[in-house]
Amino acid sequence: MALFEARRVTKRFGGLTALHRVDFALEQGIASIIGPNGAGKTTLFNIFTGLYAADDGSVTFRGQPLLGLRPDQITALGICRTFQNIRLFSNMTAIENVLVGMNSRIALGLWDVLSHSRRFRRTESHLAARAIALLDRVGLQANANAVARSLPYGDRRRLELARALAPEPALLLLDEPTAGMTQGEAGTLMRLLRGLVADLGLAIILIEHNMRVVMEVSDRVTVLDHGEKIAEGSPREVQENVRVIEAYLGTRGAGPRGARRA
Amino acid sequence: MIQVPLSVGVVAVSALAVAMFPRSVLVFLLFQGSLLFVYRARIPERLRWSLLAAALLVLMPVIGYFNSYYLEVATQVGIFVALALGLNIVVGLAGLLDLGYVAFFAVGAYSWAIFGSPHANIILRGGFPLAGWWFYVFLLVGLAVAATTGILLGLPVLRLHGDYLAIVTLGFGEVIRVLANNLDKPINFTNGPKGITPISRPPTPFGLPYGEYFYFLALLIVVAVVIVNRRLEDSHIGRAWEAIREDEVAARAMGVPLVRMKLMAFACGASFAGVMGVLFSAKQVFINPESFTFLESIGVLAMVILGGMGSIPGAVVGATVVTVLNLQVLKGFSLWLNELKNAGVTVLGYSLADLPTQFEPAKYERMVFGVILVLMMIFRPQGIFPARRRQRELGG
Repeated sequence: MALFEARRVTKRFGGLTALHRVDFALEQGIASIIGPNGAGKTTLFNIFTGLYAADDGSVTFRGQPLLGLRPDQITALGICRTFQNIRLFSNMTAIENVLVGMNSRIALGLWDVLSHSRRFRRTESHLAARAIALLDRVGLQANANAVARSLPYGDRRRLELARALAPEPALLLLDEPTAGMTQGEAGTLMRLLRGLVADLGLAIILIEHNMRVVMEVSDRVTVLDHGEKIAEGSPREVQENVRVIEAYLGTRGAGPRGARRA
Repeated sequence: MIQVPLSVGVVAVSALAVAMFPRSVLVFLLFQGSLLFVYRARIPERLRWSLLAAALLVLMPVIGYFNSYYLEVATQVGIFVALALGLNIVVGLAGLLDLGYVAFFAVGAYSWAIFGSPHANIILRGGFPLAGWWFYVFLLVGLAVAATTGILLGLPVLRLHGDYLAIVTLGFGEVIRVLANNLDKPINFTNGPKGITPISRPPTPFGLPYGEYFYFLALLIVVAVVIVNRRLEDSHIGRAWEAIREDEVAARAMGVPLVRMKLMAFACGASFAGVMGVLFSAKQVFINPESFTFLESIGVLAMVILGGMGSIPGAVVGATVVTVLNLQVLKGFSLWLNELKNAGVTVLGYSLADLPTQFEPAKYERMVFGVILVLMMIFRPQGIFPARRRQRELGG
């Protein structure tokens, strides 16, 4: 049984079929999902994390069905994500952002909070230490008390990663984590991800446009186009796949594919 | 460290001045200002809190002895501080714009008004009003009833944001007021627009006069509310609320249980208003729906925004400023202009006595308040004491 498995996932928005019977499975390591704009990659993430309800199909994580669960329940099970357009809690500090991510790991009641029970104080200091360790991991320890909105772009991306690691996920979904980064920064981030896979045994699904990153870091690559899976395999196999080349570059003589998409 | 003697001096002098000129509004404002100065001064924490405690626990009741109206003002400030702190949780922390907040205040007030007066005899048979000590039980009953009402309001509006939420809460506030106004038939619950009276007061300890008693009780509740507020804010609950305010989608994806946290915000915010409602009804002896109008909700919201959203000192100062402005400054200003008019003072060759009645100062009190609000929002939109992020010790 795979760690994470999606079967025949279908999603329609009105008349538009955003995803059509997409299968996806991941056992371990890093899997990438690529495809032209509008292929349905982020929609797939939104279904995996419970933000959208799928119209058909099934998603299981460690054998447990996910469809119908709330986003916070899915996070509690061990799946967390980042967003394509960074969505931090802008007016909170870096460490507070990470602490919010730990919410599903806190078993304190209202009474613990109001009475400042020993359990509460112990939990809070334990969480703070963990949050600092996470910030340290992504290289943001010095900025722990900085308000998120004041951080430079690259740091905000890394903070979002630290926040996504806060609920101790077994599976991490990263939506274009290197967008807007230089090749050098992207390389550093990928080394960080490799480290996470090696140290924590984390599985990662990556949506990525930077092909150099995808080819370098992925164990498997899935290609979506128009809401359908058109190819899957090792980076090399995918690179040589005719349909993939077609989807990205268009077919000779058939006119640009982009025109149809627009 | 010049601020140490300065702080002590300012409080002592202003308190003395109030004792010497018990009728002067300006002097009383000076006293309030001195508390603010002490709060902001760079002095040892211990001294700061002892000074504030001395001023509020000793000086204020003494001032009240000379001029009982000031004690009334202080009690009202206390009531509104608790309301502002409650609304601050809902609006400031969780970012849920609530325009009907006074409804929870009303629910608390009516819960004691009905059972603490002979009125309940109409609904149930005999045995009312309840004995005075039940008042203390009803402080908790008011809290529970208001919190439940908060959850009942929260349930239908969970999916609403911003403008839509504001409109629904506005409607909710009106529904409660209209219910209070009309629930005198078929069963007389609220006695309609005539209101309920006489509402029992609890027996006071040590034979304290009621003015002092309600002042101390309001102060005690405010202190409790501030502590609860701070503890909530510095916990995973407060962080979850703020995360919802900042980005609801991201908050859900990070594991924040949205429904539970929103309902908790509504319930916590409402509960403070419920407790103060019980105190209010006992203090006033008489309540009717007029005390719980839409304008009251807006007033409390103005306190929160003026003070600084999401900031506890902001809510406290905002509530104080607005209450004092309404009860004292604008009234005082009106009286002063009237005195000038009656004395026949002329300004630039124009006799104030010729001023048409339309220009009577009392008539534009609200306008002055409005202008102050507008100016504040233009020049200091973040409020008097904006929320500051907690800075953590990073250890090592």
